[in-house]
Amino acid sequence: MADTLTRADVERIATLARLELTPDEVTLFAGQLTAILAYADQVQQVDTSAIEVAPAAAAGHPAARDDEPAPCLDRDTVLSQAPSADRTAGLFTVPRVLGS
Amino acid sequence: MSLPRTACEIRAAVAGREVSAVEVCRDALDRIARADPKLHAFLHVDERGALARAAQLDRQPPAAAPPLLGVPVALKDNICTASMPTTAGSRLLEEYVPPYSAAVVERLAQAGAVIVGKTNCDEFAMGSSTEHSAFGPSRNPWDLDRIPGGSSGGSAVAVAAGMVPLSLGSETGGSIRQPAALCGVTGLKPTYGRVSRYGLIAFGSSLDQIGPFAGSARDMAALFGVIAGRDARDATSAPDAVPDYTAGLTGDIGGLRVGVPRALLDEGVEPGVAAAFAAALRELAQAGAVVTDIDLPHASLAIPVYYLVANAEASSNLARYDGVRYGTRADASSLTEMYYRTRARFGAEVKRRIMIGTFVLSAGYYDAYYVKAQQVRALIRKDYDAAFANVDVVAVPTSPTVAFRLGARTADPIQMYLSDVFTAAANLAGVPAISVPCGLSEGLPVGLQLTARPFDEATLLRAADVMERRIVMPRPDAGSI
Repeated sequence: MADTLTRADVERIATLARLELTPDEVTLFAGQLTAILAYADQVQQVDTSAIEVAPAAAAGHPAARDDEPAPCLDRDTVLSQAPSADRTAGLFTVPRVLGS
Repeated sequence: MSLPRTACEIRAAVAGREVSAVEVCRDALDRIARADPKLHAFLHVDERGALARAAQLDRQPPAAAPPLLGVPVALKDNICTASMPTTAGSRLLEEYVPPYSAAVVERLAQAGAVIVGKTNCDEFAMGSSTEHSAFGPSRNPWDLDRIPGGSSGGSAVAVAAGMVPLSLGSETGGSIRQPAALCGVTGLKPTYGRVSRYGLIAFGSSLDQIGPFAGSARDMAALFGVIAGRDARDATSAPDAVPDYTAGLTGDIGGLRVGVPRALLDEGVEPGVAAAFAAALRELAQAGAVVTDIDLPHASLAIPVYYLVANAEASSNLARYDGVRYGTRADASSLTEMYYRTRARFGAEVKRRIMIGTFVLSAGYYDAYYVKAQQVRALIRKDYDAAFANVDVVAVPTSPTVAFRLGARTADPIQMYLSDVFTAAANLAGVPAISVPCGLSEGLPVGLQLTARPFDEATLLRAADVMERRIVMPRPDAGSI
């Protein structure tokens, strides 16, 4: 297992999670995440050979339903929640995606 | 005249026109105004909305009195309310008002309840003390220098201090039972699927469940009967029939088989907590229960399994907070920069958990951590199945310690996580569990936790009711009114 998470590991994970971390947070998390994962490593000691597949959620109830249209929030209501939107065009607006 | 204080008394008095819903509501609002400056149980109090709602109830014909008529209720701030802010204790949702209300909010409205406000919690329900709330911690009404537990700490405090008779919280791993124990009130984590999560801000979707806090099992039975039941908008909600929980409070637990997983209690239980727990077992036995030792061989792994599974799910669920569709957005010159800078507003604990979850789901680590944790989770569940072949409930202390001091565990995440060493297993197994007050240690409340078979909350409420009759708890000094 990963014995020690380096600052580079922490930065790589933060990129995957789209989290901006301060240099202090990178240092703090390298230590704390290493400790938490070392603690969680106890699960490796358990014999799970009798468990064939990873179980899904705890509920045993079928979650399937017919795929039928049903009322939902209207577009104006949804757009009114957005930090930035063009209600006339019916769009969320965001900063530029491509180019500099 | 003095106003009724319990939910059942309030409902009877309002239905009988002995007191108006407005008078009851004003009383609750007065209590909040007096107590909350020192306790910080509430993030938002909807004085105007609550009084208008109470007045509306007073104008309705008295013929059919719904089960929570005129009863003031507080909601954890991760439960969506269309008429009030819903922040989940996070800067990312500061001033966010959802476009719809949670299923439990609709059910409370139909039942005649008056929602007075939203309670403080750890950010996105991640924590065991409320110290991870972006808006500052709540305080324990038994000792203002101590934490109330968490993450549903505000909801526990609101009931413990007598501000409201009932509140709702949510659990992913102990977040109702642990604060209930530390504040000296009753808290229930229902069976997974028993209560609709429609409108609950998601944290760990295979674990999350809404549940009640109350000052008594009788009040809790009234509230739980209202919120339990199938809802088509939550695909995990269960179709099982909802029994009459109040009728189930017979006061009789003769022959109830209580299993105690002794090996689990060997480590880390404070002597005062162990003593209160032992006394509680004696009370159960004197009430006719049959107490035996059992084994839950994998329950000691609940915390490591929980922090792998819950954080993996959290990292996925919290990906939605990107500044695009709702919540706050940080200024940025590109879309990618906007994501990073908006999500920089998460607090340290939320970041830590997203990081852990992202790591255990990442290529090369998924099988070793996430799949392995799910397999051990299956073993934890099998342990309960085996135990419930021989006993009706499993008894442990809810928390290994009484309420700790503010700041005592914030620097050490693992110590904070161990607050839930006895509670997380029930979430992983999906079984219902209740914490009921069972005495004091060092002048602070201790909780007895009872866990039952899936959908057997009625047995938990009946046993809690019996315990309340036998162990009468004092009221908290520091923060009550």
